[in-house]
Amino acid sequence: MLDYSTSDVVLETRDLTKHYGGVHALEGANFKIHQGEHVAIMGDNGAGKSTFVRQITAVEQRTRGDIILHGEPTHFDGPIKAREAGIETVFQNLALADDLDVPSNLFLGREKVKFKLGPFSILDNKAMRDATMAGLEKTGVKIPNILNSIQNMSGGQRQCVAIARTAAFHSKLTIMDEPTAALGVQETAQVENIIRTLKEQNEPVILISHNMRQVFDLMDRIVVFRRGRICANIKVDETLKPEDVVAYITGAKTGAEYPEAG
Amino acid sequence: MSKLSHGIGGLTFDDKKKARAPEWNILFALALIIAIFEGLGALLMGQSLLFDSADRFDGIFNVARLKIIILQVSIIGIIALGATQVIILGGIDLSPGSIVGATAMVAMSFAQVAEISGMANPKLMFDGVSDLPVIVPILVGITCGVLAGGINGVLIAYTKIPPFIATLGMMVFARGVAKWWSKGQPISFPTDSYAALGSGMTPVYIFIALAVLFHFILNYTVYGKHTYAIGSNEQASRMSGIKVEQHKVLVYTIAGVLAALAAIVLSSKNLTAQAGMGVMYELDAIAMTVIGGVSLAGGRGSILGTVLGALIFGVIISGFTFLRLDAYYQEMVKGVIIVGAVVLDQYRQKRNSARM
Repeated sequence: MLDYSTSDVVLETRDLTKHYGGVHALEGANFKIHQGEHVAIMGDNGAGKSTFVRQITAVEQRTRGDIILHGEPTHFDGPIKAREAGIETVFQNLALADDLDVPSNLFLGREKVKFKLGPFSILDNKAMRDATMAGLEKTGVKIPNILNSIQNMSGGQRQCVAIARTAAFHSKLTIMDEPTAALGVQETAQVENIIRTLKEQNEPVILISHNMRQVFDLMDRIVVFRRGRICANIKVDETLKPEDVVAYITGAKTGAEYPEAG
Repeated sequence: MSKLSHGIGGLTFDDKKKARAPEWNILFALALIIAIFEGLGALLMGQSLLFDSADRFDGIFNVARLKIIILQVSIIGIIALGATQVIILGGIDLSPGSIVGATAMVAMSFAQVAEISGMANPKLMFDGVSDLPVIVPILVGITCGVLAGGINGVLIAYTKIPPFIATLGMMVFARGVAKWWSKGQPISFPTDSYAALGSGMTPVYIFIALAVLFHFILNYTVYGKHTYAIGSNEQASRMSGIKVEQHKVLVYTIAGVLAALAAIVLSSKNLTAQAGMGVMYELDAIAMTVIGGVSLAGGRGSILGTVLGALIFGVIISGFTFLRLDAYYQEMVKGVIIVGAVVLDQYRQKRNSARM
């Protein structure tokens, strides 16, 4: 059993709520993720999954509630601040510049410089290449030549580069929004391997996915959203059946046995 | 690389298929165009375009023509250095030609002499403003470039109007300024030190120095990296924390300054400034960049490519003069080459996306 009682909570939300005018997209979400834990977020379209993630990553500002990162309440005024604090997001639509090579993409917006001179600071290409190699090694991503531009790479390799960012920057929490939705079978396997590597390295991950097999293979816990609320918080083990999870997603079953997520 | 052993699946990536640097293709195109003119020259004129065919000069090359080829593209080439950065950024700038006109007028009016061989300068713009040190008109000119380019950048970055429209407005506006400044009168008779800026081969040296400077800046600084990144994927750049708006203002401002420098060199070379100076220069500059392999879709291209594009331009103009063909044909061929270069770029892009 995982010990959920102690202070290794990476991120916690309390009563996290988001209203768009009269639409209650997210209502009173209490959620915790611990160091090294891999949590899946599932739910139907419009159930509040993406709204939940958008509040954590500060893409939107919450209506009320608390977001606590490593015991510190946070108020990020934008996604860049959240990223600086260590919350890395891998988006479904890849946030990569196609014409640039791998190190440039990894360090986009936070380049290492040798000599500071405002916008004309001289780049430290060697340091960025070395850090890229280290980051790729950590995630186990194999890319033949990191100095090729991203556009010549497969979708899987591109997604791997996006995920490798998190390793290169020692992020505290990695959030992946359907990272394999647009990928083929082999490429999906490649991305899943990276997620396993992150698990071995005790890195916490939140994964939004519709893929039941993927979630059962890779995740420790499933948090189900329905109609803007967290309706179930289920530990993945041998006794859990996909039908049970589907029942929660569709609302056939409600999660009385897990009143609070985490 | 071999220690990265986790790679799985049937992913193959043929390193040998790595594309050649596109600059090689442009160099090849340059060589091809020279070869065509050499062939036509031998056939029709009985002499060579670039080489010393009749021992008229004491060298391998026809040095006089080589100098002319470079000299005639160097001033528009300076503008093209700015156009390169704007187009890599994913934008377009139609205003440099008019900025040249306006800046030439304004800068020249601070570079005039009071007397010409004992007579008062008949074109003197401002009484008492004469015989100033050369740095004054240079700084005044650069200020014009900063203003015009900065306004372009602010309009594009913060009001979100398309670059085409914003710079079209500046194109018309700056031309108006050029005509209004002296009520249409030419401004002439600069100081010797101002006149030196555009004399002889100085424009070529200025062009080369600026090309080397911006080659370095685009390849080795954060500014260059962000320019390519925004042109490649503006949304991703913004999500990555790049200050996209500020950067756009900076790039358009630099393009404006380069147009102003071209204006200073041009008015110095001509020893006069006229309101009609620089008309259509922006299109020639854009043509040089496009021929030089800069993608109109943004994200791709280089200063080196643009310099080669400028040389191709120069060779074509000189080649037509050399073959004693009418200037009309020159323009027609220029038009064909510009469209051809863009078609080639589209084809390249399609091939790249098909490979994914």
